Amino acid sequence: MVTLQSYLTLSALVFSIGITGIIINRKNIIIVMMCTELLLISVNFNFIAFSHQLQDLSGQVFVFFILTVAAAEAAIGLAILVALYRNKKSISVSELNTLRN
Amino acid sequence: MIFEYSLIALLSPLVGSILAAFLGKSLGKTFVNTSTILGVMISFVLSCILALEIYQTSTVLNQNIYTWLNIGSFSFHIGFLIDNLTASMMVVVTFVSLMVHIYTIGYMHDDPGYHRFFAYISLFTFSMLSLVMANNFLQLFFGWEAVGVMSYLLIGFWYTKESAIKANLKAFLVNRVGDLSMILGIGIIFSITGSLDYQTTFFESQNLAQTELFFINEWNISALTASCMLLFGGAMGKSAQMPLHVWLPDSMEGPTPISALIHAATMVTAGVFLLARMSPLFELSSTALSFVLIIGATTALFTGILGLIQNDIKRVIAYSTLSQLGYMVAAAGVSAYSVSLFHLMTHAFFKALLFLAAGSVIVALHHEQDIRKMGGLKSKLPITYVTSLIGSLALIGFPGFSGFFSKDALIEAIGHADIFGSGFAYASVIVGVFITALYSFRLFFKVFHGSINEHHSDVKESPVSITLPLILLAIPSVMVAWPTVGPMVFGSYFATSIAQPDAYQIFGYEYSTAYGFLVHAFSGPVIYIAMMGVLTAYVLYIQKPNILKGKSFESTFIYRLLENKYYFDDLYEEVIAKQARNIGQRFWSLGDVKIIDNWIVNGTAYRIGNIANRIKVIQTGYIYHYALMMILGLAIFLGWTILSAGYAS
Repeated sequence: MVTLQSYLTLSALVFSIGITGIIINRKNIIIVMMCTELLLISVNFNFIAFSHQLQDLSGQVFVFFILTVAAAEAAIGLAILVALYRNKKSISVSELNTLRN
Repeated sequence: MIFEYSLIALLSPLVGSILAAFLGKSLGKTFVNTSTILGVMISFVLSCILALEIYQTSTVLNQNIYTWLNIGSFSFHIGFLIDNLTASMMVVVTFVSLMVHIYTIGYMHDDPGYHRFFAYISLFTFSMLSLVMANNFLQLFFGWEAVGVMSYLLIGFWYTKESAIKANLKAFLVNRVGDLSMILGIGIIFSITGSLDYQTTFFESQNLAQTELFFINEWNISALTASCMLLFGGAMGKSAQMPLHVWLPDSMEGPTPISALIHAATMVTAGVFLLARMSPLFELSSTALSFVLIIGATTALFTGILGLIQNDIKRVIAYSTLSQLGYMVAAAGVSAYSVSLFHLMTHAFFKALLFLAAGSVIVALHHEQDIRKMGGLKSKLPITYVTSLIGSLALIGFPGFSGFFSKDALIEAIGHADIFGSGFAYASVIVGVFITALYSFRLFFKVFHGSINEHHSDVKESPVSITLPLILLAIPSVMVAWPTVGPMVFGSYFATSIAQPDAYQIFGYEYSTAYGFLVHAFSGPVIYIAMMGVLTAYVLYIQKPNILKGKSFESTFIYRLLENKYYFDDLYEEVIAKQARNIGQRFWSLGDVKIIDNWIVNGTAYRIGNIANRIKVIQTGYIYHYALMMILGLAIFLGWTILSAGYAS
C-alpha cells in the first residue's frame, strides 16, 4: 500500500537533492538548472499526492501549469546560458562571481 | 501732550541718524549735519518743554506704548516713564549731544567718515534717551546695550588705527562683565516678582527683601541685596568704577567729541542714573549701599591720583571723569541720590566743556596730545583758555561755580552719613578734592601757561563751530546750579521719582537758596583744600618748576605703581585673560576637537565605514552563496510562520 506519507517523503528527498545540488555545485551552471527542475518536480509531486488524497482535481490542473511554465523557464535559462558561454567561454559557477564589485 | 512730546523727542534723533546714514554719502555734508542737528535740536527743545511741564504740574507719565510679546502670564512692553528724573536726564543728554553735534562740524571737517560719525552720534542719542525713558528693565537693558554698541563703534571710529581697535574691544569686553552681572540681577528680580515693570517691581520690593536665596551650605542672602549688588555690577561696568574702570582711559583713542559726549557726560553716567532709578530697591539693602559707597569712594580717590602723572591731555581728563563718577556713585551709596544726580548734571556740562576745550587745543596744535609739548597757549587760544578756566574751576568746586554746589553738597552728604564705610569714604573724597584741584590745574598751567613751544608759534584759534559750543557749555558750567540747587538738592524735585531720605536727614540742615549754601560752605574745609590744591599746582608748575625737575620720581615704587595704573591691566591681562584663554583652549581641545569633531562627527562616519568594511566580506559574488542565503532565509521565515501558526491554534 503506497500511502500519502511515502509520496511526501519522496518529494522531500527530491527537494533536498535539488537544494544540495544548487549549493554545493561549483562546476556547471546546467546542473544548477537541472536542480531547479528537481525542485519544481518535487513540488509537483506534492500537488499530485494531495490532489489524489483529497479527491480534488484542481491540484493536478495546477501541475500542468507548472510543467508548462517550467519548460518555458528552462528554455529561457538555456538561452541565457548560450549567450553567457559566448561571452565568457565558460559556464563554471566558481568563475561567475561578477556580482561582486 | 507729554506722551506725544516724549515720543517725538525719542524718535527724532533716530530719524536724523537714519537720514545721515543712508542718504548722507550722496547728499553731502551740509545735509548730514543739518538733518542730525535738527533731529537733536527738536529733541532738546521738546525735552525742555517736557521738563518744565512735568515740574510745574508734578505729573508722572507711566505708559506702555507697545506690547512686544506675551508668554503665559508674562508680558514684555515698551513704554515710557517720564518724571522729573527722566526729564532732567533728557535735557542734559540732548543739550550735551546738541553741543557735540555742532562741535563735530568743525572737528571732523576733513574726516572721510563725516556722515558715518554723525549717524553714530545721533543713534547714540536715541539709545541714551531710550535708556533713560524706559519704564521697564527690558527696555533699560536694550538702551544699556545700545549705548555700549555705539560706544564700541565710536571708540573704534578710526578703525585703521590699531590702538583704537584694541581700545574699543577692551571697552566692549569689560562692559560685558558688567552687563552679565546686570542681566543676572534683572533675572533675579524677574524670577521673584514675575514682572520687569519698574512700578510693579518697586511695589514688590518687600517681597524681594524677604526672599532668601540659597548658595552652597549655610550661605544665604536676601534676593534684594543680591539683585542690587548685581545691578550695581552693571553700573560699575558702564560707569567705569573700580575694578572695571580700565576701559575708560583707553577709550580716549576715539575722536574727542565722543569722549565729551559718551565718555564724560552721558553714557558713563548711566550707572549713576540706574542707581537713582533703582533707589526704592537700594534703600532696603544697607549691605548693597555700603558696597556702592566703598566702590565709589575708592574710585574717586585712586583714579584721581592716576590723573596726576598722565601726560596725554585727554587721559588726564578721562581720569578726572573716573574720579568724578566715583563721587557720584559714593553719593548714591549714602542715599543722597538727588545730590548724585545734581553732580551728574553739573559734571555733564563742565566735563563736556573740558573735553571739547581739550579737543580745541588738539585741533589747534594739529593733533598733538602730549601736554609736555604744550605751553603758553593762553594768548593764542583766548576763547579756549577762558572756557577751560571756567571748566577747571567748576571741576575743582570753586565757590559760585556749578561744580561747587554739587560737589560740596555731595561731600556734606557723605560726611553726614553713618553707614558702614562712610568714614573711609569721607576721607577719600576729602583727599580727592585736593587731588582734583592739583591735576586739573597741573593740566591747565602746563597747557596754557609757561613758555610757548617754538613749534606752535603759528597756532590759531579754532573755528566758530568749535568755539560756539564751548561758550554755550561754559554758561551752564557757571550758572546752572544757582537756580537748580534749591529744588533739586534741598527741595522735593526728585520726590516723585526717587526714594530717599529728606534733605534734613541727608545733610542735617536745609537751605532753600544757593546763596545760603554758598555762605555756609566757607565754614567747611572743602574749598580751602581745593584752593590748596590749586596753589600747589601753581607752585610746582609755574613758580618753581625746578622743584620737580631736580628729583627723579621715575624709579620710586609709588611712581611705578601709578604709571602701571595699580597693575590692573597687568592683572587682567596676565591672570584673568590668560586663565580664560587657558580654559578656552582646554574646552576647545577636549570638547570641540575630541568630543564633537573626533567622536561625534568624524567618529560616526568612521564607525559606519568600519562596520561596512567588515560586513562586505559576505558579498562574495558567487551565485551559490546567494542561493544558499535565499533558501536559508526562506526556511527561517517559513519555519517561523508555521511554528507561530501552530502555537496560535
